[in-house]
Amino acid sequence: MRDWPLWEVFVRSRRGLSHVHVGSLHAPDAEMALRNARDLYTRRQEGVSLWVVPAAEIVASSPDEADAFFDPAADKIYRHPTFYDVPEGVEHL
Amino acid sequence: MTDSHAGYVLGLADDALISAQRMGWWISRAPQLEEDVALANIGLDQLGQARTLLAHAGALEGDGRSEDDLAYLRDERDFRNVKLVERPQTDFAVTMARLLVFATWQAELYAALAGSTDATLAGVAGKAVKEVAYHVDHARQWVLRLGDGTDESHRRMQAAVDAEWPFVEELFRPVDPALVAAGVAADPTVLRAAVLRRVGQVLDEATLSVPDVAPAVAGGRDGLHTEHLGFLLAEMQHLTRSHPEASW
Repeated sequence: MRDWPLWEVFVRSRRGLSHVHVGSLHAPDAEMALRNARDLYTRRQEGVSLWVVPAAEIVASSPDEADAFFDPAADKIYRHPTFYDVPEGVEHL
Repeated sequence: MTDSHAGYVLGLADDALISAQRMGWWISRAPQLEEDVALANIGLDQLGQARTLLAHAGALEGDGRSEDDLAYLRDERDFRNVKLVERPQTDFAVTMARLLVFATWQAELYAALAGSTDATLAGVAGKAVKEVAYHVDHARQWVLRLGDGTDESHRRMQAAVDAEWPFVEELFRPVDPALVAAGVAADPTVLRAAVLRRVGQVLDEATLSVPDVAPAVAGGRDGLHTEHLGFLLAEMQHLTRSHPEASW
């Protein structure tokens, strides 16, 4: 059982909100992963819906790429709506 | 009828209590941390049912005994649980075989008792129905995987079913007909048909066979237990008995 795959768990805390990553677990297959997620992550009424995803199926950005991926956004202040002045008299913006 | 009413509730309470204690045994021993938590959850559900039922049995009895008095200060011969739940678990497959039978029985029982004329019993049953539905599902998932898994898992799962099967029949022992007629208790013959059909379906799907064995000698409901209950009670009760009225 040591080779049970890893699954990532996402919980929707209530209707209208999106599923949020809460942690991971081991399970032999998808059905058991969902049940283990229920037992580990919703025993205190944390959620109304669960997703489990095989951790191996998640493609993640690499810390090595972080500079090229994320730093260039740092000085692009014009990408924030607060950069722009709202002209007087404009409604419904 | 009050005596048999209290006795009936006490039997159901003891089934849940002793099963909960056996489930708790798995904590720190389960094959995976995830399963450890799952079995603890199931045990705690059963303990919750036991507590309400014990308190109710104490009230019906009318001698002022609390749920703690009944759980911790009775001796082996005063327990009314079926033998199915009290025996040691020699293999994970044994726990799953037993849980499949016991939870399926509880599922049918509580579904019937949700309409009991005993309002407390109906209340406990109505709440517990959802809990035990999950217990049945958990046991079913494992019985399917182990039964229809490797050669070894199949062999051990079938051995577990064979070992538990003689103790199944005691669940359907007749209860006081007056209690059934009054709408307090569920009719065991009706439960028997439904439980055996549902368990049989799971075993069939898991490529396991229903054992053709004679029932073990019953007697749990009369306080005649296997030699294992005394050891279980010693562990369960010793703290309370060594330190009466202790709290923390």
